[in-house]
Amino acid sequence: MAGTTHIHGTPAPAAHHDTLPEVPAGARGNLELLEAALAAARAENRAALVGYLPAGFPTVDGGIAACTALLESGCDVVEVGLPHSDPVLDGPVIQTADDIALRGGVRIADVLRTVRETHAATGKPVLCMTYWNPVDRYGPERFAAELAAAGGAGCILPDLPVEESDAWRRSAAHHGLATVFVVAPSSQDARLATITAAGSGFVYAASLMGVTGTRDSVGREAADLVARTRATTDLPVCVGLGVSNARQATEVADFADGVIVGSAFVKELLAHPDDLDAGLAGVRRLAGELAAGVRRD
Amino acid sequence: MSEDFFLPDPEGRVPSTAGYFGAFGGKFIPEALVAAVDEVAAEYAKAKDDPGFAAELNDLLVNYTGRPSALTEVPRFAEHAGGARVFLKREDLNHTGSHKINNVLGQALLTRRMGKTRVIAETGAGQHGVATATACALFGLDCTIYMGEIDTRRQALNVARMRMLGAEVVPVTSGSRTLKDAINEAFRDWVANVDSTHYLFGTVAGPHPFPALVRDFHRVIGVEARRQILQRAGRLPDAVAACVGGGSNAIGLFHAFIGDADVRLVGLEAAGHGVDSGEHAATLTAGEPGILHGSRSYVLQDDEGQITEPYSISAGLDYPGIGPEHSYLKDTGRAEYRPVTDDQAMRALRLLSQTEGIIPAIESAHALAGALDLGRELGPDGVVLVNLSGRGDKDMDTAARYFGYYDTDADTDTDAAPDQHPRPQQKTEAE
Repeated sequence: MAGTTHIHGTPAPAAHHDTLPEVPAGARGNLELLEAALAAARAENRAALVGYLPAGFPTVDGGIAACTALLESGCDVVEVGLPHSDPVLDGPVIQTADDIALRGGVRIADVLRTVRETHAATGKPVLCMTYWNPVDRYGPERFAAELAAAGGAGCILPDLPVEESDAWRRSAAHHGLATVFVVAPSSQDARLATITAAGSGFVYAASLMGVTGTRDSVGREAADLVARTRATTDLPVCVGLGVSNARQATEVADFADGVIVGSAFVKELLAHPDDLDAGLAGVRRLAGELAAGVRRD
Repeated sequence: MSEDFFLPDPEGRVPSTAGYFGAFGGKFIPEALVAAVDEVAAEYAKAKDDPGFAAELNDLLVNYTGRPSALTEVPRFAEHAGGARVFLKREDLNHTGSHKINNVLGQALLTRRMGKTRVIAETGAGQHGVATATACALFGLDCTIYMGEIDTRRQALNVARMRMLGAEVVPVTSGSRTLKDAINEAFRDWVANVDSTHYLFGTVAGPHPFPALVRDFHRVIGVEARRQILQRAGRLPDAVAACVGGGSNAIGLFHAFIGDADVRLVGLEAAGHGVDSGEHAATLTAGEPGILHGSRSYVLQDDEGQITEPYSISAGLDYPGIGPEHSYLKDTGRAEYRPVTDDQAMRALRLLSQTEGIIPAIESAHALAGALDLGRELGPDGVVLVNLSGRGDKDMDTAARYFGYYDTDADTDTDAAPDQHPRPQQKTEAE
């Protein structure tokens, strides 16, 4: 935290908060909508289904159609990826999609349009997921303001550890955005408490030690991590990495508040490179299957 | 004298406990790696205070690497440098042919202390990969080297060298298929295998503690050179010069001179076809602060934080980032960084070869080109110390093509994929 102060030369969060201009009600982010969606799933005695797709993939408009399809077909929440040139936490499937999006010239304005139009079309919570450098470069305050104005509900920044997150969290909170932190099986209990105390919206529990991608099974360490995380927080705990089918979704729904699926949706679109409608049909079918899977009864 | 070889930086100097050199550094890593990186930091802190660690490392540095490396004065070369005296610190004479072995042996010892049995590393063209494969053979560790696919195809001999040493070499097909992507892929491996595996990072970049740890293992370069030049020239040099890619050989040389206010610290970065051409790797000249590979430092990036492709004839300098301590030294004004083009470096490479009988790595040739300019600026009373970070054997194919030394058209027997840049066929990363 000393480091963050060092970098930006800014005073402590509370003091700084007072200096930020008030955000008009209509421009605040949709943190509360995210909380309500997760609470609604819990009230229905099921896990929430969280889908991920990168913006600009296969095109900006195609990506908006795909994100909208996710929410129309069973997802409760969508994470829109802001593609990065160096996605060190992503496996080959999402790398390929990011690459297609970046070669297509996707810009942050396109990502924000994807958030805006997906939310407007569905009324459901839409998060942004990306790496820290694009946000740092754009300006954390500017990015938070524009994401909130687009109707975004929050942001997931998996390479921004809690120790470096002060500036971002200050802006996110100011604009009504969730800051979703990732926890991993290697996270020690004391560290889990620090992370969950700083986060909002939900906690993203990585099911295993590894990068994104579909896998045959979800390891037992995921259930252990969720239990250890729950011991530190009342925030919902959603599990991601490796979940790709309804059977796995059911397995995870048994112990987690939400199931996060990304690469499996990307694969559906990659399977039909020249036929967006076929890809969208695949996305809808998979979302429907997963939505059935997350029901516990 | 052997206690002088491993010399961690004295307490109280940068970085801060959070790993910051001024505004640069830090630890921007996924949560899954936090425990592993903290373990490296904790183990290094313990090792620094363990006389047994220093004794074992010093023994290796003397009896395996061949330290201390020589300091060679090069008067015939210096005739082209305005008559200033020029001295070369001969890291090219180390075992494996570059300074890289200094860091690799230190981290190999740490790997063993942590009880890990497998090592991974990135390599742009082979020099850090070969040094790592060498240490793994010596210590009986499993070794996997990530290398951009473009480089593995073009550097079949270095790949063979690593495989001869028992390492697995994995061609990286993601992104631009070069050094930056090799590092990305090594991080992906580390996240998945962190229990058994140490990531033996090859330069003074990456998340804390790597910038400080790798620097400490290379400080021996400057400590030896400072002592040697005081004996030989009877005074400190006016300037010390080194090439910078990630910046490890440069920081190793600079560090012993930081307290000598009258000694200029000059880093030479790869300007490729010229900084204005857009085809360069001059991160400190043309980059902006950002985050790449775990720390905040200058980065070649676009206006939305996407990392841009670097270019240099030298693979070891062909990197869009730079170690955070160099960014700090630049911003505080303690060090200066200058661009050197491919053509300037290649001319200096040939000049040293033909005036002194020493064939430098193309990386180190960037420092030599900078020294020619420094010498001319200083005049006949000047003294310049240059880090000759690596030998040029592996660059001979590139050099032969560049200067037209082949009797027949050697292009016909290579993988002649169309290439917008005249990338070298054999490169070292002896930066």
